[in-house]
Amino acid sequence: MDEQYKTAVGPERAPVIEPGHTFGTVTEKISAIVLTRPASNGWFLGFGIAFMLTMMLLYSIGYLFLKGIGIWGVNIPVGWGFAIVNFVWWIGIGHAGTLISAILLLLRQSWRNSINRFAEAMTLFAVACAGVFPAIHIGRPWLAYWLFPYPNTMKVWPQFRSPLIWDVFAVSTYATISALFWFIGLVPDLATLRDRAENRWAKLIYGMLSMGWRGSARHWHRYETMYLLLAGLATPLVLSVHTVVSFDFAVGIVPGWHTTIFPPYFVAGAIYSGFAMVLMLAIPIRKIYGLEDFITERHLQNSAKVMLATGLIVAYGYGIEAFMGWYGGDRYDTFTLWNRLHGPYAVPYWMLLICNIFIPQVLWIRRLRTSPGALFFVSGVILVGMWLERFIIVVVSLHRDFLTSSWGMYYPTRWDWMTYIGTIGMFLALMFLFLRILPAISIFEMRTLLPEAEVKAE
Amino acid sequence: MKRDPIYGTMAEFDTPQALIDAAKRTHEAGYKKIDAYSPFPIEGLAEEIGFHFNEVPLVVLIGGIIGGLTGYVMQYWMSAVDYPLNIGGKPPHSWPAFVVITFEMTILFAGVSAVLGMLALNGLPMPYHPVFNVPRFAFASKDRFFLIVFSSDKKYHRAETRQFLESLAPRSVSEVPS
Repeated sequence: MDEQYKTAVGPERAPVIEPGHTFGTVTEKISAIVLTRPASNGWFLGFGIAFMLTMMLLYSIGYLFLKGIGIWGVNIPVGWGFAIVNFVWWIGIGHAGTLISAILLLLRQSWRNSINRFAEAMTLFAVACAGVFPAIHIGRPWLAYWLFPYPNTMKVWPQFRSPLIWDVFAVSTYATISALFWFIGLVPDLATLRDRAENRWAKLIYGMLSMGWRGSARHWHRYETMYLLLAGLATPLVLSVHTVVSFDFAVGIVPGWHTTIFPPYFVAGAIYSGFAMVLMLAIPIRKIYGLEDFITERHLQNSAKVMLATGLIVAYGYGIEAFMGWYGGDRYDTFTLWNRLHGPYAVPYWMLLICNIFIPQVLWIRRLRTSPGALFFVSGVILVGMWLERFIIVVVSLHRDFLTSSWGMYYPTRWDWMTYIGTIGMFLALMFLFLRILPAISIFEMRTLLPEAEVKAE
Repeated sequence: MKRDPIYGTMAEFDTPQALIDAAKRTHEAGYKKIDAYSPFPIEGLAEEIGFHFNEVPLVVLIGGIIGGLTGYVMQYWMSAVDYPLNIGGKPPHSWPAFVVITFEMTILFAGVSAVLGMLALNGLPMPYHPVFNVPRFAFASKDRFFLIVFSSDKKYHRAETRQFLESLAPRSVSEVPS
């Protein structure tokens, strides 16, 4: 790490890593969570609940396949219900992981080193949850592969002028690159676990996964080039993914969707909710596993500042939407604005404004930015708010069609809720497993943060 | 074929600075086939052992170009050549609409080539390697730093090389059986 950066941190800001650690203690402390620490009752309880919710997800998907999407609340005119709301919500949450691992790497923000690993895992699991919805919402899920261009007896190809097909490519590329980035980042740490594991099977499995990594200088040299290039590729990718997701809406001529501000405002919202999820995971993890030395007050503060900034961009997006609804003079747009504020879904809309704009402003107060409890609460509020935002975008625009004869209402059924809560369970179950079998903090990147890692340039 | 029973001689160091200094001196002493092992990337270490050029960026560039071409040509051929369909009066070759998938395919191919290219150039996966025969080498992934002179080096001499490495004030020196 460069000297200039370390001095710039200054005395009044909390350090990225508490003093007194060595290469050995960092390695021990992080690998012990996986290798020697027995699974606690709390872990079993948490995993058990998450696993039961995952089973509920599978049950509700099974019933969906049996009965069809009639079990959901979707109808005409509201053909896009919870499935799209949840898809956009989950994909957005994933974005913070890529932001932390790729964009902050390119910006040389070394504080990212202690949170990038589990943030990347979060990305991967969130994208997995998101991926469930497009596959199951299409009515005939056994034909989901029609989305991909493959030679077939019907001789037709996908419609490449449609944003929905762009989305297939964007999301599958994003899932692939996120998985690669995460796995390749793990390889040197898997080698550490291979060398430290006592159990024969653990040694063998970590050994195979680490692919014989031995830390050669030549290998590190190519590895670092690769890692930097991958970060450089993931940066425009992550911005493109939510942009393309917003095209799914913005390209349609539905009032409330057909606006050019959607791409930047979607990306900001994605990072906003993603950082909220990072904090909701990091705060309990650092407490339970005693990782306050590595995930310090500084990380909490910085994440809170990112949320504050992206939250303001989101607020600006709402403001411009409302302004254009009035200034644009299109009667359907004006009606959409009025309908959001006073229509049948006014309560969720006002809740959305409270959750996303008003409550997060408490993060201006330094004392709350550094208090784990307060941050946990605000993050929860933001996650609810961002979910409501997607609900408003999808449902409020659709339920009032252009002709009053086609107006309708959307009420989610218990199957909608079970599927949604089920994906939260699946996300948490994967997170619980990840914490027990892989190092949740990047060990080798933490070593580079220690003062003893510095070498004099010739 | 009879193999050389010795793969090389290895010295162990406590700090990254000691390793980088030792690597520099060993390279200057005329040993060319050497390698250094560390638990994290050390800036400038690869240069000290005479490794200056890596092909990863080239691989990524080629991968990206192939990906971009694949993406665009695929869409062009499918929509404008093989089965042109008139949808909403848009021309079969609607290039602005093809930009997104071209971009995604560029990233996909470039990213996959970055990872596979790095692994291939590093000769990984390679679960077995002679350096793992040294018991102390398990610390190379924790907090120790190693320097090896391979027996295939022209200047390599079992006793002299050992003596030379010992002169670099390492923690220990050991021979690596192949």
